[in-house]
Amino acid sequence: MILGAILAIWVPNLMAAVISMGIVGYSLALSFMFLGAPDLAIVQIIVETMSLVILIAAIIKTTEQDTPDEKKLSRVVLYMGSTVFFVVFLLMSIKIFHLLPAFGNPVLRMSSDYIASGFEKTGAPNLVAAVILNLRGYDTLGEVTVLFAAVVGLMVVLRKTGRKK
Amino acid sequence: MSEIVKTVSRIFAPLIIIFGIYITLHGHLTPGGGFAGGIIIAGAVILLVLAYGGGIERLTREKTTTSRLESSGILLFWFVAVLGLVIGGIFFLNIMGKGVPFAIFSAGIIPVCNIAIAIEVGGAISTILLALVLFEKDEK
Repeated sequence: MILGAILAIWVPNLMAAVISMGIVGYSLALSFMFLGAPDLAIVQIIVETMSLVILIAAIIKTTEQDTPDEKKLSRVVLYMGSTVFFVVFLLMSIKIFHLLPAFGNPVLRMSSDYIASGFEKTGAPNLVAAVILNLRGYDTLGEVTVLFAAVVGLMVVLRKTGRKK
Repeated sequence: MSEIVKTVSRIFAPLIIIFGIYITLHGHLTPGGGFAGGIIIAGAVILLVLAYGGGIERLTREKTTTSRLESSGILLFWFVAVLGLVIGGIFFLNIMGKGVPFAIFSAGIIPVCNIAIAIEVGGAISTILLALVLFEKDEK
């Protein structure tokens, strides 16, 4: 997945970059499967396919050349600055990594209570559905409303009437 | 698109919709739920739009249909939540019984919410795609 992300930045051809982003997305779906989250994996695969379709259609419609290279000096400064920033960030965050709990043993008390008593309280064997629709239903309500508002916003932006020429 | 693509997508689109409905209805038993089922149904719509295309009037009519589906999906979700307030006194109360485990009609309010979310998400993603296609067609 990391290799796909690095490829997506460095490849000069635009279509190859989109395909590398597809590699990132599908590897993420595999990671979800390995971490034991099949709900997320299903959604990730389908959303990745749709995004690839839309991106490739957008590329085919607008086949313009890549932007020409800027001056060499600004690129060198940009690369060096970002490398320095990244190294400093990594060194500073190594100290914080020791404070995090071990992988797979979180310190949240409410989630362990949900895991222990989720099935009796809700009657649903799928614990993910029980949490997002019963124990944490408000969050799902908000998320569905946000999706609706996003689609309304998109339809307002992409309309033909009322658009100033 | 060629004849092969049209024929195959015409065969596969109902199967994809049935698969999406299956994942939605079994949301409280197997992984998936409303979100996954909804976007699988939207995938079938996208397949048909990609294979067959269509003129502006037909796509506009389809976009009206999908946007109405999306609005009714979110109305159903909020209706279920307010129904908890009306009947039980608490907003979003679980008004249906827990039922027998591992049966289809069990786990209270969860299957109804899954169906509402699937209708809403399916309609939303289809509307987004049709709006993009119409925008591109209008630009010409």
